[in-house]
Amino acid sequence: MMNQTDYLLEVKGLKKYFKVGGRKTLKAVDGVSFYIRKGETLGVVGESGCGKTTCGRTCLGIYDKTDGQVLYRGADVHCLSRTEKQKFTKQAQIIFQDPYASLDPKMKIQNIIAEGIRAHKMASGRDEIQERVSSLLETVGLDPGYGSRYVHEFSGGQRQRIGIARALAVEPEFIVCDEPISALDVSIQAQIVNLLDRLQEERGLTYLFIAHDLSMVKYISDRVMVMYLGKIMEITTSKALYHSPRHPYTRALLSAIPIPDPAMAKKKVRIPMEGEMPSPVNPPRGCRFQNRCPYAEEICMEAEPALEEIENEHYVACHRRIEI
Amino acid sequence: MSEDIKKDLTAEIRDLVVEFRTDYGVVQALNGLELEIERGKTLGLVGETGAGKTTTGLSLLRLIPNPPGVIVSGSIKLDGKDILSMSDKEMQAIRGKTVAMIFQDPMTSLDPVMTVEQQIAEVIKLHEEGGQAEALKRAREMLELVGIPGSRGGEYPHQFSGGMKQRVVIAMALACNPELLIADEPTTALDVTVQADILDMMKGIQQEHGMTVILITHDLGIVADCARHIIVMYAGKVVETGSAEDIFYRPAHPYTKALLSAVPRLDLEQGHLETIEGAPPNMANPPKGCPFADRCPRRLPVCGKEFPQNTRLSESHQVCCWLQRGSE
Repeated sequence: MMNQTDYLLEVKGLKKYFKVGGRKTLKAVDGVSFYIRKGETLGVVGESGCGKTTCGRTCLGIYDKTDGQVLYRGADVHCLSRTEKQKFTKQAQIIFQDPYASLDPKMKIQNIIAEGIRAHKMASGRDEIQERVSSLLETVGLDPGYGSRYVHEFSGGQRQRIGIARALAVEPEFIVCDEPISALDVSIQAQIVNLLDRLQEERGLTYLFIAHDLSMVKYISDRVMVMYLGKIMEITTSKALYHSPRHPYTRALLSAIPIPDPAMAKKKVRIPMEGEMPSPVNPPRGCRFQNRCPYAEEICMEAEPALEEIENEHYVACHRRIEI
Repeated sequence: MSEDIKKDLTAEIRDLVVEFRTDYGVVQALNGLELEIERGKTLGLVGETGAGKTTTGLSLLRLIPNPPGVIVSGSIKLDGKDILSMSDKEMQAIRGKTVAMIFQDPMTSLDPVMTVEQQIAEVIKLHEEGGQAEALKRAREMLELVGIPGSRGGEYPHQFSGGMKQRVVIAMALACNPELLIADEPTTALDVTVQADILDMMKGIQQEHGMTVILITHDLGIVADCARHIIVMYAGKVVETGSAEDIFYRPAHPYTKALLSAVPRLDLEQGHLETIEGAPPNMANPPKGCPFADRCPRRLPVCGKEFPQNTRLSESHQVCCWLQRGSE
């Protein structure tokens, strides 16, 4: 086990609830604890509505927390002073899912990228800013001359590169990648993922990589966290997750992924899940996955399983983790 | 190529050219497309955004929005009948009855102010004898077929989840027992688990009813799982066609190869993902020759000048690439 001081980000019992009309509360993130080491990529997977995006945003302080703690280099990101907060927003950045909606159509590319540089006073004078923007565009594989163009002139993949350049502009050390490739074509996805990989190597970046595409997450992540209805079901190294998944939900999720190989596809056995994901406004009692789980027993309906370490670095929240 | 054995084809497209005449110029959506599909089989149509997959599907129903879309030349036959020379009325009798289509986004293909059973009954009333009561009864049966309790027929689309809405759309498409079902990215908007449920269900229904299916997708995993025969499209052209085994185990076109190696695999350990550098060409100004030439790692001088003829590699496998023509 590594020393705790190696953790860049440590999340303890984080909860984020939203009020949704009447007296109802949507428990988007409901008590999650995990850590990310410096230079590592933690993948977050789960179906829509599992709370993965909310989790990422709350970690950055974009959303207030309901309860728990998010510690970045030991400091609680929700209780920072003004100057500390400013420093944190420079260290931690985000790349959004939709490259069409996340860039201002009325701004030139160079101004979109330079916004952070100006805000953090990282360069003085027009020429220096210009120089930085050009080198950033080059870094993400775009022509430096594109700076004076507008967003609508670019394709989805190019826009996502602009989004990455914007995040890199303030020289962050931690980036939340919120489904950065979901809206892109297969051949472009590989380009973006390889770019993120290269940047991580060159700049020692740490990523929280949120996605619903498990194949891509497996490829890019060191460790993977599986979420369901606001809870962590399993966290382990990406190798172990795919070779020895322990949580029934992880297994069902993995078995649903189509394999691009006709012979393997025919051999594959799917583990079915009963019904649909319940609403996070009214989650089931006990284990959240209990009503769809093929292994559910009486205890699963009553008590909520804790996330426990079963092997080094392999955490599972399941009452029957040993027998199944 | 002469065919000794006459295949039983549900649909056949020959040398189809479709253009979109926009204010910014003429965009070539399909550029000499060839396609045939045998009765009862599943054909997978793969390619990236803008390859012309959806336009191909819409052509089979003659639903290309006009203006700006125009079918310039070529022929489309359904059950041996040329649909391009049919009257609008004849065409209407075919849509939803002989050929049905499922669209990508279940949220926008349903009417929000109509109950789902009414929407399904609408198709049935249009094509079949019988009154309202009979059509509604049939609609509820269709819902049961796709795994929704018939009692939920009186609910509105917003009361269903994304996966359930797509099931409703499928029920509507299947309501008149079509011979050909065109499924355009039917599961792209859905989670993997829901996707697997829907695909399993579609496979089951197809086997039971002996339907022919054209499955349009960009997900190679889905075609490997569902399709017997695959067409790979790039920039409005078919670049390779073959059985699933041909395409996945013996890909011949550099684009197909690149596409296959750009996909991360759950079952394999990969050190580095291959990428296809660059982007597909702008079809308002299509390049001369092979449209993939600019991105092709094995480009020959001739590639930029002329599009290669079809090369038949085996009974089932054909490719359009100069590399293959050179080896003949």
